[in-house]
Amino acid sequence: MKVILRHPERREVAVAGRRRVGDLLRELGLQPEAYLVIRDNRLLTRDAQLEDADTVEVRPVISGGAQHAWGVR
Amino acid sequence: MRCTKCRQDACLEIRRHNAAFCEECFLGFFRDQVVRAVEHEKMFRREEPVLVAVSGGKDSLALWDALLELGYETTGFYIGLGIPGYSEPSREKCETFAAARNAKLLVVDLEAEYGLGISETAQRTRRPACSACGLSKRYLFNKVALDNGFGVIATGHNLDDEAATLFGNVLRWQTGYLGRQAPVLPEENGLVKKVKPLFRLAERETAAYAILRGIDYIVDECPNAVGAKSLFYKDLLNQLEAASPGSKQAFLMGFLEHAQPLFHAQEEVALHACERCGQPTTTPLCAFCRLREEVARPPQRRGRGRRPKRWPSGGPTPPAALPVREMGEEGATPPVPLPMREGGAPATAAAPPVPLPLVDATDSASAAPALPSLHRDNEGPASAEPAPPFLRREWGPGGLG
Repeated sequence: MKVILRHPERREVAVAGRRRVGDLLRELGLQPEAYLVIRDNRLLTRDAQLEDADTVEVRPVISGGAQHAWGVR
Repeated sequence: MRCTKCRQDACLEIRRHNAAFCEECFLGFFRDQVVRAVEHEKMFRREEPVLVAVSGGKDSLALWDALLELGYETTGFYIGLGIPGYSEPSREKCETFAAARNAKLLVVDLEAEYGLGISETAQRTRRPACSACGLSKRYLFNKVALDNGFGVIATGHNLDDEAATLFGNVLRWQTGYLGRQAPVLPEENGLVKKVKPLFRLAERETAAYAILRGIDYIVDECPNAVGAKSLFYKDLLNQLEAASPGSKQAFLMGFLEHAQPLFHAQEEVALHACERCGQPTTTPLCAFCRLREEVARPPQRRGRGRRPKRWPSGGPTPPAALPVREMGEEGATPPVPLPMREGGAPATAAAPPVPLPLVDATDSASAAPALPSLHRDNEGPASAEPAPPFLRREWGPGGLG
């Protein structure tokens, strides 16, 4: 399947074989709490089955920066 | 996985609630959480005008969308920060969002109106970009809200933002910050009430809401945020959350219920108007005006060397009328006089410039007071005494989602 990653920059990786969303994230070393997996504009839960022909986007949901800059002078 | 409510196919699992939702039920859950935050925390009334700070990111646009859907009286407010390659697309996202919903959006371009583009400011003042950004945002949130008659400003801070902020402050035992971390910062002495209606919702949920609602938000991270500690803390908390779902929420909500009141300071402080811009501060010039001076300083005099004894031109021009523009309008909105409340001299947005106090960087007694180690750093302590309570009030994680 084709997996589109967005951080730090957009790139695509090929992953062979069927697997569940949770397994894909684990294999990619990604925190489930920090990503959403999207296929055909639909969100997938961790038990959703992915097929070889699928294209999925793994979208990060974590942001940070000035709004979180506590204690700065 | 099935929806906990309707048993249809679920699109999102929320492990801390031991629940999963289909699209329709999740959107209902999300809005319920927003309403619960707004009503339970007494953030604002249904008919009360609210200024919603938007950045083009998922959190702030999700917040604005939810409030619009729920029928609240909202106006968006976008600040152009002058971050190359990032500010323009984020502004476009906000403008597109507002236009599609026929919603009113106020825009202030920091670089064009103040000469304070964040990247250049950071470079010229040797501040971290996030510091200059946060300071400028807090200043403009308050000023624009007051100038345009808003009593409340809402930001898109979510559960992850708040938990990460709490984590950082606990790590360093920043008791002042801990005392003023709350979903509602009440109005006081020229400071507009600030609220965080998404504080009950995780960042993953605001992203899911934005996607399900078809909101076109800016996915790329701000280039200045790369390597930010907040991201590291969020990652740590997410590891904890993966092992023990509900940890983030328990950490934050437990703090707000049990510990925050213990840190909350009770003493009052007298604010007065900044001599140049009229915004509330405890020092002669507010932190934003000092930042403007720093940026306006002649290049050969900047840096760690001795500061000039006197400004050749008396410092930057005061921001008499903040040129806030509405979408589709060419002219600036007439400013509303700044309503200073008790404890300070009456302020006007067009306060005449006053001579700057002579500042010698080598003289610690006469040097301009350093910005307090405070999140709300558009103020500064007048002396070495303990920072008064409003100074320890935190707008952060105070910004935009």
